[in-house]
Amino acid sequence: MDEGAGPQKVYEDYLARGRFMIQRARATGEYVFYPRTLSASGETDLEWVEASGLGTVYAITVNRSRDGSVNIALVDLDEGPRMMATVVGVETVPIGTQVKARVERGESPRVVFDPVEPRP
Amino acid sequence: MSHSLRGRTAIVGLGLAGVGEAPGFSAMELLGLSVRAALDDAGLKLSDIDAVFAATSSHAFASMSVTEYLGLRPKYFDSTNIGGSSFEMHLLQASLALEAGLCDVALICYGSNQRTAGGRLVSMSEPQWHETPYRPRHPITAYALATARHMHQYGTSREMLADVAVAARQWANLNPDAFARGPLTRDDVLGKRMVSDPLTSGDCCLVTDGAAACLLVRAERAKDFPKPPAYFLGAAGANWHRSIQAMPDLTVTAASESGPRAFALAGVSREDVDLLMLYDAFTINTILFLEDLGFCPKGEGGRFVQDGRIAPGGTLAVNTNGGGLSCVHPGMYGMFLIAEGVTQIRGEAGERQLKRADIALLHGNGGTLSSQVTAFLGSEAAL
Repeated sequence: MDEGAGPQKVYEDYLARGRFMIQRARATGEYVFYPRTLSASGETDLEWVEASGLGTVYAITVNRSRDGSVNIALVDLDEGPRMMATVVGVETVPIGTQVKARVERGESPRVVFDPVEPRP
Repeated sequence: MSHSLRGRTAIVGLGLAGVGEAPGFSAMELLGLSVRAALDDAGLKLSDIDAVFAATSSHAFASMSVTEYLGLRPKYFDSTNIGGSSFEMHLLQASLALEAGLCDVALICYGSNQRTAGGRLVSMSEPQWHETPYRPRHPITAYALATARHMHQYGTSREMLADVAVAARQWANLNPDAFARGPLTRDDVLGKRMVSDPLTSGDCCLVTDGAAACLLVRAERAKDFPKPPAYFLGAAGANWHRSIQAMPDLTVTAASESGPRAFALAGVSREDVDLLMLYDAFTINTILFLEDLGFCPKGEGGRFVQDGRIAPGGTLAVNTNGGGLSCVHPGMYGMFLIAEGVTQIRGEAGERQLKRADIALLHGNGGTLSSQVTAFLGSEAAL
């Protein structure tokens, strides 16, 4: 992995290898997503860490078209940041559903989420 | 304490062209016709314009294209494009430039042929790389997400959303220039095709053609024109994000920041406002902006719009032209907020004319609930 490239490329390269990585600022501990060259407080000491993959659906919609329906969700990662994603295997889920990430490989690899049983 | 800009500039010319459908015309051709109409309205010549403020969905360098098309040589120009709220920001920029003596007659203008050109929303807005893998259909995906969250958090219902569309239609039915007229019930809206849960096509703004232009001058000469001036009282913008993924709380827009600042700059209180022009790209917008601008508590917007409160005959006049939902929405609607504000302040709104229209709040929205600009216009009595 060439972590010397820009954060978007590093993120996408990790995805291509099946890994969901997010950034964390060493000094402040802030997590950053989507990947950037500086954190919200301006820190640039960003390291790549494996995302826990655990998250909660913050909002969800189902886009309906002639080609079928697909849900688009905003997921709050347990680390804090929010990302756009989709919950696979279901038409939709209630807001607040706990989900777990996996990397969907292919031509354009992406993070998708599966619903999980409520965590204690 | 109000700002020194209060009442120092005024709109003295207003022109519209191609509102609804204008088959065979380009965006710039319609824009040109709206500028001609604004000049005729003000009794000004093309060569009097020495500042150009423009934004469209089809011109990367809008003020440059407008300048060339109209054969102008402006001393000041600005193509700020922050989506649909661009024109409320232009009101502020133009007033600053006029007040600084950098120009004497400022043109603010917009044109679009998106309905007859393709029938789809035209946008130069680039995809966001971190959203692209999920194929969102913006803007509706973003607004649907915000709606879903508002419903979850505050119990807002699809019926309440539908009431926003019904109120807009009732106003449109009083406006002969509105594109969508005719009866519309709550059940009609609920029964329309689901596009992006929980929004049906009845929750979405129109896709029309349309162009609009206005002319601003310093207040000291505002009474030298044929029509009553609509004075600029103040404006403020707030912007917290670009993509919906980065919006901190989907139920709170940056209008909650632009609103209070604009009220303070304009020296206006909520009780003073006779007309609210709220950028209604989707039914949730009206609800969010009523809350964020302080006309009801956060979370109560859905219940607030029930029982015809914002419809003709209601207690609060909102979007009296019929709004983006039923009057006109050529992609960037902000110029038409100004148009209705001016029309009401002049007393030219016909059947939909408010008894008192001395202070109009114009709230522009751009992107995916992203750029928020609140502006105030007022009659001479408001000064």
